[in-house]
Amino acid sequence: MTIAGLYNYWIVILLMMTGFYVVIASGNLVKKIIGLNLFQASVFILYISLGKIADGHAPILQAGISNYSNPLPHVLILTAIVVGVATTSLGLALVVRIREAYDTVEEDEIHDQDESM
Amino acid sequence: MNDNPVLRIVAKIIIPMILLFALYVQFHGDYGPGGGFQAGVIFAAGFILYGLVFGTEALRSAVPPHILRIFIALGLVLYAGVGVTTLLMEADFLAYNALSQDPVAGQHLGIFLVELGVGITVGAVMITVFLGFAGRNDP
Amino acid sequence: MIITQLPALQVVIPLIAAPLCLLLYRPLATWLLTVVTSATAMLISGLILAQVLDQGVIDYTFGGWAAPFGIAYRIDLVNAYVLMIVSTISTIVSVFARVSVASEIEAHNQGIFYTAWLLCLTGLLGIAITGDAFNLFVFLEISSLSSYVLIAMGNDRRSLTAAFQYLIMGTIGATFILIGIGLLYALTGTLNMLDLAERIPEVANTRTARAGFAFLTVGIGLKIALFPLHLWLPNAYAYAPSAVSAFLAATATKVAVYVLLRFIFSVFGKDFALDTMPLALGLAILGSSAVIFASAIAIFQDNIKRMLAYSSVAQIGYLILGVSLVSPAGLTATILHLFNHALMKGALFLALGCIAWRIGSSRLGDFKGLGYRMPWTMGVFLIGSLSLVGIPMTAGFISKWYLVLAALERGWWPVLVVILAGSLLAVIYVWRVIESAYLGGKDNEAQVGEAPLSMLIPAWILALANLYFGVSTDLSVGVATEAATTLFGAG
Repeated sequence: MTIAGLYNYWIVILLMMTGFYVVIASGNLVKKIIGLNLFQASVFILYISLGKIADGHAPILQAGISNYSNPLPHVLILTAIVVGVATTSLGLALVVRIREAYDTVEEDEIHDQDESM
Repeated sequence: MNDNPVLRIVAKIIIPMILLFALYVQFHGDYGPGGGFQAGVIFAAGFILYGLVFGTEALRSAVPPHILRIFIALGLVLYAGVGVTTLLMEADFLAYNALSQDPVAGQHLGIFLVELGVGITVGAVMITVFLGFAGRNDP
Repeated sequence: MIITQLPALQVVIPLIAAPLCLLLYRPLATWLLTVVTSATAMLISGLILAQVLDQGVIDYTFGGWAAPFGIAYRIDLVNAYVLMIVSTISTIVSVFARVSVASEIEAHNQGIFYTAWLLCLTGLLGIAITGDAFNLFVFLEISSLSSYVLIAMGNDRRSLTAAFQYLIMGTIGATFILIGIGLLYALTGTLNMLDLAERIPEVANTRTARAGFAFLTVGIGLKIALFPLHLWLPNAYAYAPSAVSAFLAATATKVAVYVLLRFIFSVFGKDFALDTMPLALGLAILGSSAVIFASAIAIFQDNIKRMLAYSSVAQIGYLILGVSLVSPAGLTATILHLFNHALMKGALFLALGCIAWRIGSSRLGDFKGLGYRMPWTMGVFLIGSLSLVGIPMTAGFISKWYLVLAALERGWWPVLVVILAGSLLAVIYVWRVIESAYLGGKDNEAQVGEAPLSMLIPAWILALANLYFGVSTDLSVGVATEAATTLFGAG
């Protein structure tokens, strides 16, 4: 259990924090969605790397193979990916509608327009 | 991009293959990697390519949005319908064993129908999402 | 035979009704389907509640796969109680919705509206019934995604930004929950809540378990709108269509509180969750801050819908205070308040819906003389407000009374002060509306005009329920006490 041996978790944490930072720090609504996607993708990688078993093969029944990777996390993440796609498209749809209503996708400009009403 | 002959011809050749591959992924999903989610997305990719090359209006007339809406609902109804059928056969919800005398055949039939439902809904949703964004005029 | 299948039908019927709604698409037909489906769901949850009270826990497995391999539903009294709240509120509010929605949403969007409504109902019922941690995440996302759609349908353009903000914060919350569940799965190899509860004590003393618990708590806290993670809530409730505000305010955060209770008491166990981790004190501080600050902010709101939304954040504070007391009495108060708060906020938001239908506004300035122009509607508002403040003979008093008793039992005097201060602040913000409506001067020019009966009757049902459960407490307190004992005993 060296630090290098846990590299998948390091990648997950790096991606997660990058995505999270973009969601919080960016004022552009589209960039927020991109950050959210990155954040979610890091969790997908966390799950999928959990399912890997050392020397495990793809979980398809074959003769002469007895060591399979765990397929359950893959299935779970398939569901989570679908949820992620739905969230992204709904978020982008809202951005399109917001742009039509406000003519901007910058958070501070939207805020100014609401304040001045 | 309607005036680019290379794109048009390549698209016309490649779209049937994409659709065929989607059907392969759909129906081979019972034995190997694949299934409704993947097949639905690949199937929709064929239509989206058509929309990109020939314009969204052409795509809209090929698959009108109200037809897509029916397919979205139909896939879900098919999925849930399998569950209700097993309920009516006095088994638990989605207990495929009850669908046939032979449990193995029952499982096979059940997962086949459920994946088909998933495939229909996912494909229709993907095309609807594409049309929803691409067909929107800039304000 | 059909009795044993009730747990599946509870979720499946709204799930099937949603695509049917999309097929029907015409406003009246889809509305009728929504009402019938909600009423059926209410009937089923009533039967389930009776069965649980009678025979104890119900187990149900999907596809004939026994737990822990398949997805299993395990319904104890707490599940049945939350199911009952959600389906009842959905029935009452969906009856109300027809006229309200017709005036706020364009006809060609109403089919989509009711589809989203049914999906939201499916998700909320699913969260409350499932015994599988990942399944819970999926239902959480079903209900969240559909509620973003419902909120974005408000007729003010700010509803779009409110829905977007909710989408961002809700997705972060749901993803935190997903991370938490993933860490638990890595640790125990199971997703079944019962199985998790058995295996977590062995691994409780690891960093992974603590991290998983922390992720889950923060994620659920975002969904609950626990102060200071409540920023999405006021705008979302203020700019959503009236019926949606009433539905979500009365159910969505309640279900999220249920999830918190389930994870703290059933999955992790109260010893780990509230003693090993310093959560009890943390929740007490956050709950108290929610009561004080959110009530104080509510006083300065000009938009009454927004004022009630802030009041919701304050009421969530009471719910969390009950949890933080770590005693059966505190838990009883929380569970009781889940129900009572659904009643009062439902009644208040429905009254606002009637007012919005009639005068097209929910600004304080427009409430002048409304007590004379819409006497029946303001009657509902008055009863709801009294209940919110906690006047004796109303439901709100009962839950505050039990919370005070629980706090005294632990000897937590500061909590008592917080509850009293919160009630006083509630008097102030509610009084502004009452004063404007009744004492703001009678405008003789203005016509007396009420909302239609299809809106008034649901609102009055909830208002009368507030009075009924304020006097006759056997049913609500009985079930809440037993549910609290179930949860507490399990830990």
